[in-house]
Amino acid sequence: MESIKDKVAIIGMGCTKFGERWNMSYSDMIIEAAYEAYEDAQIDPKDIQAAWVGTLQSSSSGVSIAAPLKLKNIPVTRVENMCATGTEALRNALFAVAAKAYDLVLVVGFEKLKDLGYAVLGGGYEHPVFNTGYSTPGTYALAATRFFDKYNATKKTLAKIAVKNHHNGSLHPKAHFQKEISIQQAMDAPIIGWPLGLFDCCPRTDGAAAAIICRIEDAQKFKKNDYIKVKGIGVAAGTGMGKSNTDYDYTHFDENLSAAKQAYEQADIKVPLKDLDLAMVHDCFTITELIIYGDLGFCPRERVKEYVDDGIFTMQGELPVNTDGGLKAFGHPQGASGLRMIYEVYNQLLGRAGSRQLESPKLGLTHNLGGAPGMEIVACVGIFGL
Amino acid sequence: MLGIISYGAYVPFYRLGWDEIEKVWGKKLPSGEKAIANYDEDSITMGVEAAVNSLDQFERKNIDSLYFATTTAPYKEKQSSSLIAEALDLRDDIFTSDCTNSLRAGTIAFKTAIDSIKAGSARRALVISSDCRLPAPKSNFERFFGDGAAAFIVGYDNPAVTVEGTYSVSSDFMDIWRADQDRFPKSWEQRFVITEGYLKCIKKGISGIMQKYRLLPEDFTKVVVYGPDPASHAKAVKSTGFDLKKQVQHPLFNQIGNTGSAFSPMMLVAALEDARAGDKILFAGYGNGCDAFILYVNENIENLKNKRGIKYHLPLKKPCASYDKYLNWRNLLSKETAASASLATFLPWLWRDRKQILSLYGGRCRHCNTIFFPIQRVCDKCLSKDEYELIRLSDRKGKIFTFNVDHLAPSLESPVVITIVDLEGGGRLRLEMTDCFPESVKISMGVELTFRKMHDAMGINHYFWKSRPLCEER
Repeated sequence: MESIKDKVAIIGMGCTKFGERWNMSYSDMIIEAAYEAYEDAQIDPKDIQAAWVGTLQSSSSGVSIAAPLKLKNIPVTRVENMCATGTEALRNALFAVAAKAYDLVLVVGFEKLKDLGYAVLGGGYEHPVFNTGYSTPGTYALAATRFFDKYNATKKTLAKIAVKNHHNGSLHPKAHFQKEISIQQAMDAPIIGWPLGLFDCCPRTDGAAAAIICRIEDAQKFKKNDYIKVKGIGVAAGTGMGKSNTDYDYTHFDENLSAAKQAYEQADIKVPLKDLDLAMVHDCFTITELIIYGDLGFCPRERVKEYVDDGIFTMQGELPVNTDGGLKAFGHPQGASGLRMIYEVYNQLLGRAGSRQLESPKLGLTHNLGGAPGMEIVACVGIFGL
Repeated sequence: MLGIISYGAYVPFYRLGWDEIEKVWGKKLPSGEKAIANYDEDSITMGVEAAVNSLDQFERKNIDSLYFATTTAPYKEKQSSSLIAEALDLRDDIFTSDCTNSLRAGTIAFKTAIDSIKAGSARRALVISSDCRLPAPKSNFERFFGDGAAAFIVGYDNPAVTVEGTYSVSSDFMDIWRADQDRFPKSWEQRFVITEGYLKCIKKGISGIMQKYRLLPEDFTKVVVYGPDPASHAKAVKSTGFDLKKQVQHPLFNQIGNTGSAFSPMMLVAALEDARAGDKILFAGYGNGCDAFILYVNENIENLKNKRGIKYHLPLKKPCASYDKYLNWRNLLSKETAASASLATFLPWLWRDRKQILSLYGGRCRHCNTIFFPIQRVCDKCLSKDEYELIRLSDRKGKIFTFNVDHLAPSLESPVVITIVDLEGGGRLRLEMTDCFPESVKISMGVELTFRKMHDAMGINHYFWKSRPLCEER
């Protein structure tokens, strides 16, 4: 088995403003993101040989992007892997490029949630008894209850994560929320699923993001040195047995451990806290980010509260996490989220992150987690570098 | 020797105080309360609960027929007893029958079961009465209508109570009715209904059975008889020659209420809880006639003293916070519902999974013994394929591994407590919790399982099991 490391380059990226895009259709957002990526990659869209698109629930098939972008009769594939959908689209595309099936490929992820009203995420063909009667925040609250019981974290630990991500989001003009919050505000917010309150939950957001990829040896044809490299990518689909299996402890995700192991091996990462310069993780809920710190090996799980209290994961800390605000402040259109994370890593590595710019970062991580504690879960970890 | 082998009853956890009714309608009422079904209960779920309490250690597969009596079946067309049989995990080669449309349905079911056993068509029958009648708000019925259920196993195997005589009268009298389109029961002027209807009919039935078997009121230890309200009940007892103070089973109007077709069966359970060998009981149900029974209690009654009956349930209670909440539970409040709230369902899926959903069957791997719910064809632990055996989990207790209090979950009642329950003997279930105090739920709390209505989608009631704190944890 060969590593994907240093085979594929991302030479252009685009991302719409995330938020409540009442006057934009998903097609409008796809055009906005894709054309930003075309321009960035300095390519003619006619040269694109194939495309992959990720959307969880906003449309179906490759036609969803072929139609607005007028990709005429080339191979376009839609992929879906829950909240890991955006990164999964890139993962499938980069294998095709590495295999030399195509030279220049477009990847798009999008979601148009704000046309749906209050409808909850997911839905569709669900078991009429076993998969009804609960909310997604409630399901993550099951992990928070257990985590609080087992480790020394509290609601305040979660509040600190919300405050950090809101602060980071306030520095990004494309983030859904650009507003700082206080610890007190986060702790006093209305309860959604005890112990999680409003500021522990990510919003429902519209957005799209896009990437142009090619093999490393072709990258300079297009862009000289202005690109980043894929260093590793891992995906793990769980069996959904946590809710049925007494061995599961509700304070970690085995899918995370496996996806991280795959990606770390490919990218040759030994000590994530030291080796990585930034990480964009799936903070659908603050408790998820807290659990991820342990799962991805950023710190020992039993000392996670200490690490948060010490500001290790803030912009000034040893390993800044969610420098663009994360799902919490940037928003979470599922199909777009993975590519949005890569967009931030891309901009940071290329020194384009403006007021959020870290000091010469070289290696960044993206992480997605679809599903919910004890339920069907897909985790995805990507490593990108210069 | 044919008679009652076991009994059980169920009284819902919630009570609506008469003062809540008084607050809304302004009519001065004495102090009292009534038992009201939770938002996730109906006559089927309460019937299942009473039946589970009567079955306890009794071998379920020995039940040959099931009679379900109610005036409040969830469906006008579609049997309730067949669903109850599935929830109780009875055999499928049994006779199931719904007895409906009369307040007397409880005693009709009891008599039919006795007669069918006498006739040799069954050896053991389970007779369940359950009612959840909805009084019109502000009506005279509102104060006295309560919800509850009772169940009896009847047959020849060493009964604790023998049926020594039966007598019935039929009387086509319009005292209370609910036409096809009516939501609430209606009635005529009470003076007419009570004096011409109830009192005369009860007298005919009770005097009739005593004449038939040449017995006098003083030959009985207790009389257990239906009554629409305390005053009429007392009048009926006196008019038949019984001593109101010494011989009457208390009808608990101010603690549970008139539970319709389950009312006299529940009173019989209460009477049997206090009964001793040698007691003789006159038991009667009313509604478009009267069924009366002569029951003799023997020494086997001592074996039934630990059954969950009326005594067990009376102190287990929580006040319904307000009349508004009660109205909401009964879908009598107009309110905003999310545009996307209508639930979809898939009948073939429900049918395929019926043993798991209704009987709560999980699978136990024959190789590694691990129990999984829902059933896994490929074992998550040892990966053996199709090597599982079915195992019923509904009668197990468990402990909360983790939980949350969900304010966003779609439900008539909010918040919803969701529990991850690790069962004694293995197996983990994700279950909604019911009949609890959300603020006192904690990790490691002991729970038992209870059959409840989850939601309805496309006009189909979806039932499943929920967790409930053990009585000592409530």
